[in-house]
Amino acid sequence: MAAIAPEAATTGGSVFTGVRNRLLMPSWLSIGILLVIPVIMMLVYSFLTKEFRGGVIWEFSLAAYDQFFFDRGLFGDEPVKIEWTYLTIFARSIVQALLATFFCLLIGFPTAYFIATRPPSSRAIWLFMITVPYWVNLLIRTVSMKFLIRDTGPLNHWLMQAGVLNEPMGLINTNIAVQLGLFYSYLPFMVLPIYASVERFDFALLEAAHDLYAKRWIALRRILIPVVKPGIIAGCILVFVPSLGAFLAPDLLGGAKNFMIGSLIEEQFKGSAGNWPFGAAASMILLSMVLLVLMFYARSEARRVL
Amino acid sequence: MNSASTKLMHYPGFGVLAAVCLVLLYAPLLVVMVYSFNDSTSITRWGGFSLRWYVDVFTGVEAAKYKVAAWNSVSIAAMASIVATTIATSAAIGMTRCGQWNGKSASFALINLPIMVPEIVTAVATLIFFSAIGFKTGYLSILLAHIVFCIPFAYLPIAARLQGISGSFEEAAIDLYATRWQAFRYVLLPILLPGVISGALLAFIISLDDFIITNFVKGAGIETLPTAIFGAVRQGIKPNIMAISTLMLVVSVVFVTVSWWIGRSGSRSDNR
Repeated sequence: MAAIAPEAATTGGSVFTGVRNRLLMPSWLSIGILLVIPVIMMLVYSFLTKEFRGGVIWEFSLAAYDQFFFDRGLFGDEPVKIEWTYLTIFARSIVQALLATFFCLLIGFPTAYFIATRPPSSRAIWLFMITVPYWVNLLIRTVSMKFLIRDTGPLNHWLMQAGVLNEPMGLINTNIAVQLGLFYSYLPFMVLPIYASVERFDFALLEAAHDLYAKRWIALRRILIPVVKPGIIAGCILVFVPSLGAFLAPDLLGGAKNFMIGSLIEEQFKGSAGNWPFGAAASMILLSMVLLVLMFYARSEARRVL
Repeated sequence: MNSASTKLMHYPGFGVLAAVCLVLLYAPLLVVMVYSFNDSTSITRWGGFSLRWYVDVFTGVEAAKYKVAAWNSVSIAAMASIVATTIATSAAIGMTRCGQWNGKSASFALINLPIMVPEIVTAVATLIFFSAIGFKTGYLSILLAHIVFCIPFAYLPIAARLQGISGSFEEAAIDLYATRWQAFRYVLLPILLPGVISGALLAFIISLDDFIITNFVKGAGIETLPTAIFGAVRQGIKPNIMAISTLMLVVSVVFVTVSWWIGRSGSRSDNR
């Protein structure tokens, strides 16, 4: 998405150049004070000692990271083993986010392409239809999904009445339900940037490929996809990043057995666990993973521009 | 486009997948909408059409709770949207109208940081920040957090529109002895207005939509609509929740329609 990269070309002359810093100061200050400093403090908190019932004691400690990676037994005197609980939660989150990205791409790319090749009048209507769910409250969308697929919900009810099922399929509180929720939550994020790329695509290139005896699907793979790749990558990032830290879909659709990072973190602050340094450490690990993905994106973007 | 190229552009099955995409996106919402009109207390069996759950939302035992929550949500969204849009408009002019300078990419990254940091991380960091400086969590802490994450959402449409406006307008104004403020207020702002409005609408919806950050920084005793709904859903999906959901859905659809319409009229005036 072009919006993510700083624009090289600038319009306009020198009218506002003299007051540049004054124009930018409010945004720098508000985000600096209310986001950058908080993230730094979160990093500090992850190295502090936990206080029971939330909060911290100002004493340096590696306990949070130690708890994340190592198992030293209940009293800390057993031989050190790898702690799999949290690594499993992170691995599950990564796999779920990758799968959600894959499925969104699988449905999102053809949809975006189809919309971009409609005549302008119906194209606007299709785009509007895709955009509406994106504007609907995510909590409400997730609750709707839960209502639809739960054991006593309409989907099971209809399928049983139609004789397809004898008993509810037990979809709710499974990893599949979480996957469905993630896919459903972030699908518009995949369609819109790909659409923006395909819309700018010069279809004469496909004609040229055809004239040179390229089969339809070869032309798609060798001509179209390489050209619209920036849109595909942007879409993948816009689905992957929020899926990785998602809270609502795993919490409402997954239940206690299918924890993802978001629920793990939430539990440290709002739930029963009440371990702030550990929650801060888990958040730092999540943030590092996201920044890694974004750096990879920025590098590929820079390579494209150069 | 001639018919041959149209045929080449066609990939069999893509249309079907697009239709599947729409069905997947809308099916859960439509089902909830339909069932919000269900007369039966048993939530899955259809008991005929009725508005009783809508009556319940406005006059039932939980009406007062949802009214307060709705007012909190709307007032926070309105204020956050106005403040964030003001900050974002100023930032967008600074970013697009002041040429090249060292640190421009860093400034761009900073302005968009709230979009890039996962929501749950922002929530944790903000909670830790407020707790460390001893700021009392409540209405004001929610508002401050919302302003910050709304800034990039307001910024993007405004900056996009600014890039499409030639700098000669404000230069002409300056040449005609307008002050910098007048050049902005009477020349640039009117042309920029569709971008500012869609930025403000987007910020408003994003604020209204937020659950995770609000849930972390709200403290005890204050609810917004999403946190109130989340709390209620924990005990099971009751029909009045579906009525509230449908009402919020209608509000969202009205917003996107207005924003779409403004965007269209904006782009049409460009072509003139």
